[in-house]
Amino acid sequence: MLSIKNLRASVEGKEILRGLNLEVKAGEIHAIMGPNGSGKSTLAAVLAGNENYEVTGGEVWFDGKNLLDMAPEDRAREGVFLAFQYPVEIPGVSNINFLRTAMNEIRTYRNQPALEAKEFLKTVKEKQKLVEFDAALTNRSLNEGFSGGEKKRNEIFQLAMLEPKLAILDETDSGLDIDALRIVSKGVNKLRSDKNAFVLITHYQRLLDYIVPDFVHVLYNGQIAKTGGKELALELEEKGYDWLKETSKETELA
Amino acid sequence: MIKQITTSLYDQFIADFELRSIISASSEAAELQALRKNAFEHFKQLGFPNTKVEDWKYINLAPFLKDEYITEPEDDFFTVSDDAIAKAKIPSLDCYNIILVNGQYQADLSDTIAGSDIFVSSLSAAMNRPAFIAHFGKYAAIDKNHFTALNTALFRGGLFIEVKRKALIDKPLHIIHIVSADSNLFFQPRHLFVIGAHAEVSIVESFVSAGNKTNVFVNNVSEIIVHEQAQLQHCYIQTGNVNTKQVHHTEVVQKASSLYNNYKASFPGTGLLRNNINVVLDGQNIESHLFGLYLAGGQQLVDNHTIVDHQQPHCYSNELYKGVMKDEAVAVFNGKIFVRQDAQKTNAFQKNNNLMLSKKAVVDSKPQLEIFADDVKCSHGSTIGQFNEDALFYLKARGIGEEKAKALLIHAFAYDVTEKIPMPAVQAHINHLIEEGLKG
Repeated sequence: MLSIKNLRASVEGKEILRGLNLEVKAGEIHAIMGPNGSGKSTLAAVLAGNENYEVTGGEVWFDGKNLLDMAPEDRAREGVFLAFQYPVEIPGVSNINFLRTAMNEIRTYRNQPALEAKEFLKTVKEKQKLVEFDAALTNRSLNEGFSGGEKKRNEIFQLAMLEPKLAILDETDSGLDIDALRIVSKGVNKLRSDKNAFVLITHYQRLLDYIVPDFVHVLYNGQIAKTGGKELALELEEKGYDWLKETSKETELA
Repeated sequence: MIKQITTSLYDQFIADFELRSIISASSEAAELQALRKNAFEHFKQLGFPNTKVEDWKYINLAPFLKDEYITEPEDDFFTVSDDAIAKAKIPSLDCYNIILVNGQYQADLSDTIAGSDIFVSSLSAAMNRPAFIAHFGKYAAIDKNHFTALNTALFRGGLFIEVKRKALIDKPLHIIHIVSADSNLFFQPRHLFVIGAHAEVSIVESFVSAGNKTNVFVNNVSEIIVHEQAQLQHCYIQTGNVNTKQVHHTEVVQKASSLYNNYKASFPGTGLLRNNINVVLDGQNIESHLFGLYLAGGQQLVDNHTIVDHQQPHCYSNELYKGVMKDEAVAVFNGKIFVRQDAQKTNAFQKNNNLMLSKKAVVDSKPQLEIFADDVKCSHGSTIGQFNEDALFYLKARGIGEEKAKALLIHAFAYDVTEKIPMPAVQAHINHLIEEGLKG
């Protein structure tokens, strides 16, 4: 589904991703871990098409299409979803109007008819229930007045509404208390299927207690330094990232 | 220092005034004749302002005044197509439509309002009414304001509205000012609205063009008196085309415990749009709100000057003007709040925010406070900014295209003003005009 080959990207002239390779297939859950500044959020931003990041090399293929050639909105319409680390508050744009616009733009792109108001509201209710997100959405501006946890849960709710093929969760677990974390994880587990895939970017192993990944990758210095199963996350929790520096030096020397 | 523009138009008005004096002598009261004469003396001294006049610093009128205009049109200049009227109506607004063509009230095209709660007529038909005699020409200053002086001397046509004491008018009045011309035309209507004590009414005024291909200059003056405990919701919706230039002075006087809310929205089109709105709070416990939205495009000039004058204690005023600037449009915001020495315990707030959509658009924003009392709460401020890139990216990342995302953010920006309009049909109409205005 997603194929990243030797991806290099920089922000403000500083190279962050230095030849990253990653393959994600439908039905898989990948966790990406790594120390601060290793490039985790840069990877998420580049995949979503944030123009503050400059791609300086490599390729990204999504279902056979060149993702890097697409505008951010077209990536979303093709089925890429980024759950933001810091969801933006937009006063004056109502949650409902925003969601309906997004859904209809995506549907138009896919040659589907726009959703009837009734049908749309029914879906909103269903999905809110599914991801246990009970915040009042009508007559409220997008994310405005939401707590940190509510904003993150709103991201998962949007994910449920838009049903992307590939969901990238950028530190969705940070700032969540244990109950919110459990609810968010439950939501993701309900949404996962053999047709979609998830990339979880996280600092902490605890998220992976709830959402069990198929692969764990350690990002270091803009590259995947190590890949393993879910047990790798436990190892990292125990040993930290310092040992990577040693390995990395060895690699450089070799 | 020379502060006048010399034009042949000026000489034309001198000739017009002689004619107007003769007409006035046979049909108008001595007091009104004297007022016209006095106003014209002021105009002769003031002339048309050039950019050395502080209040006209950013707008060079010279190019608009060099054209030849018909200034005293014959009666056949006041016709309009049914289509133009139909287009100007606000969909699903249950209201009384009142039509003015080139400043002249058209009774046969307007809805009649049953009952005696409200009196609507042309200004000239109201000249013997006590409310006219008591209020006409008493508020809009002729000694400082060039165009008000000219209008007071030479006004022709316009509308008179009197809402009786304690009357609650069931439906909004929708006054449609249509410009319809096939020659160059300079016209000067004059309006007087008298809202009786304890009365409540909503007045929506739409300014539209029936597609004039010739230059039209409108010098409009409105005087509005809101008596004790009365409430007036007043909305201006300004559209038009590039050949139309509009200078509009609104002078509002509020008496004790009254409420006056002005909602002003202007859209791309009208080549020059100069609005003066002055509100005098002449009493205690008065509340006034001025909400403005200007969406400016093309090479449009939009100049909003407001004065909120707190003369007595315990009053509240709030002003919020928001600008969305496209293309090479130029906007001016000049807001002044006076808090006079007696006006203790005043709350007065003013804000102007601008969203720039184009690198070539210009905004000159000048919020001003002049406070002579010492126990007051006042603030003012102004901002000029661009799209919030994070918000834009967030919307795009959810599949919303660039244009749509920007439109959403513009509506959101305008929302602080549009949500305040107490008539949903008018809100919807304005939102529609925003969408249309963003297109071209």
